[in-house]
Amino acid sequence: MMKSHALIRMLDRGATLFLVLLGAFAIAIPALNLLVPAGSALHVSTYLVALLGKYVCYGLLALSIDLIWGYVGILSLGHGAFFALGGYAMGMYLMRQIGTRGVYADPILPDFMVFLNWKELPFFWYGFNHFAYAALMILLVPGLLAFVFGWFAFRSRVTGVYLSIITQAMTYALLLGFFRNNFGFGGNNGLTDFKDILGFNVQTEGTRNALLVISCIMLAVCFLICRAIVTSKFGKVLVAIRDAEARTRFMGYRVESYKLFVFTVSACMAGIAGALYVPQVGIINPGEFAPANSIEAVIWVAVGGRGTLTGAVLGAFVVNYAKTYFTSGVLAPYWLFMLGGLFIGTTLFLPRGIVGTWNHWRSGQKEKSEAARSADAEDGMLPTAGSPSTQPSAAE
Amino acid sequence: MTTVEFNAETTSALLYLDGISVSFDGFKALNELSFVVEPGEMRAIIGPNGAGKTTMMDVITGKTRPDAGDVFFEQGKYDLSTLDETEIATLGIGRKFQKPTVFEMHTVEDNLQLALRNDRSVKATLFWSSTPEQESRIDEVLETVRLKHLRSRVAGSLSHGQKQWLEIAMLLAQDPKLLLVDEPVAGMTDVETMQTAELLREINKTKTVVVVEHDMAFVRELGVKVTCLHEGSVLAEGSIDQVSTNDRVVEVYLGR
Repeated sequence: MMKSHALIRMLDRGATLFLVLLGAFAIAIPALNLLVPAGSALHVSTYLVALLGKYVCYGLLALSIDLIWGYVGILSLGHGAFFALGGYAMGMYLMRQIGTRGVYADPILPDFMVFLNWKELPFFWYGFNHFAYAALMILLVPGLLAFVFGWFAFRSRVTGVYLSIITQAMTYALLLGFFRNNFGFGGNNGLTDFKDILGFNVQTEGTRNALLVISCIMLAVCFLICRAIVTSKFGKVLVAIRDAEARTRFMGYRVESYKLFVFTVSACMAGIAGALYVPQVGIINPGEFAPANSIEAVIWVAVGGRGTLTGAVLGAFVVNYAKTYFTSGVLAPYWLFMLGGLFIGTTLFLPRGIVGTWNHWRSGQKEKSEAARSADAEDGMLPTAGSPSTQPSAAE
Repeated sequence: MTTVEFNAETTSALLYLDGISVSFDGFKALNELSFVVEPGEMRAIIGPNGAGKTTMMDVITGKTRPDAGDVFFEQGKYDLSTLDETEIATLGIGRKFQKPTVFEMHTVEDNLQLALRNDRSVKATLFWSSTPEQESRIDEVLETVRLKHLRSRVAGSLSHGQKQWLEIAMLLAQDPKLLLVDEPVAGMTDVETMQTAELLREINKTKTVVVVEHDMAFVRELGVKVTCLHEGSVLAEGSIDQVSTNDRVVEVYLGR
């Protein structure tokens, strides 16, 4: 009985609506691409399929950020690092699938290694010819980095701005490392020129649609995991930590363990997002570690509404659509100004974000109608005092 | 004044502080502070600003490490100076902050649900579900602090006094052996102050309580042994009448 309660809590109206829309999206886009003839107005081009697949990956990255920022108040400005590490793990698998089809036709060594005159595969490239091993690394590498990083940071009680700064330092350090040729990940060119994934050509329509659908499925799965986390008692402890960390500690909760757990889960999700992103865009390079990327992802969450999960995904779609739209026109040189303006505008005029504002408005309406009903029922009774805000007040 | 045997090995005290000194950048917040609280006792701590009352609470709850001295809990069984906040809370010391600190985004019920004595590990809270015993325990606590009608309200929407009570309720739900209560009636109306005194006396029937308070009317209402701190050490100890007529206390704190 308790199990079904938990399920009902997990799948409230917003969550159900989100999953239904995501499901419809995952069916409609491939259908419009594969079944509708190219000349029709309803046809979705393969280019657009890949683009939307990329948005879904960004949505998953935003979701992972919202889990820690929206619910525990950990503002990571380096989440792009976990995304990129997941991406590199996938990229390494894809590189090893190229085999003799590379420019230098070496059966083992990727092109850039031959070019650098390397004779042997570095040990950390071992195993990446197996998909299962790569899949494990996609979770393990970001997860382990987050665990070690978090273990030190949270035990030393680094919080707020200081934590944000060191997450940024972390991703910047990785950026510098991956830029180096002798680091063994292709230097500033990164990994590209992929051919196959699990035996399917990455360029074909079918593979692109399949990747989009798989991305949607992973997003749905991660969304459900996030919902399960935030609607459990564990999730309530997270919010308690966000709003009154010392209180939670004096109550006997080991705050650092809670933060560490959820930070690691979040990093794994970001890694999955990165791994799905790479075959769809066809390249991974150190640029993905740039702090600006991580900050951009935080803006998606802020625009969509932090602490809502669905809002984070929506924000990723809206901002990235705007980015695609504006950077391809005459306004292209001004995009970064627009992005900055969007962030400032959201903070000033829409601090709850899109979904947060909607939820707030809805709960206000509901309260009003309830108050009206109870006033009708019990004449003279006062309506309940001002509606409590349901959103975190400051970026902590 | 009763003399106390300061020996951590043989003490009968629930809370035992001996020669505690804490300094911040040369400022001695606590200076050889010593006092004991017996099991079942309620103790009021008074003193001017900067006397070290909050620092003392910080030392007991593990927030601040003492530079020197002993802090023991439960007849000298636990050395609190070696434990952190979480471990101390788990031993059974609950603390109410000066500024009411409740989880504003959670309902009154959830606030108590989080406070209830339970396994606090990550795994336990991930796979946790409520039981009827816990529900009735919440009812019981809400009854004690008279907040039952506000069970499903969001804590952030409560009045100042109600938040103070909710925080006390959270302490009760934790079921600690010792409650440390920092300025529970600050900002309360006279009626609320008297109700709070009554509430603390009620709680004291089953638990040991240490109350820090400035409000002398409230301290008088509690009618318990009073310790007056000044410049980080004990200035006077005894009944409210003894302490409030003590020349030094009048001079540094109460005023003539």
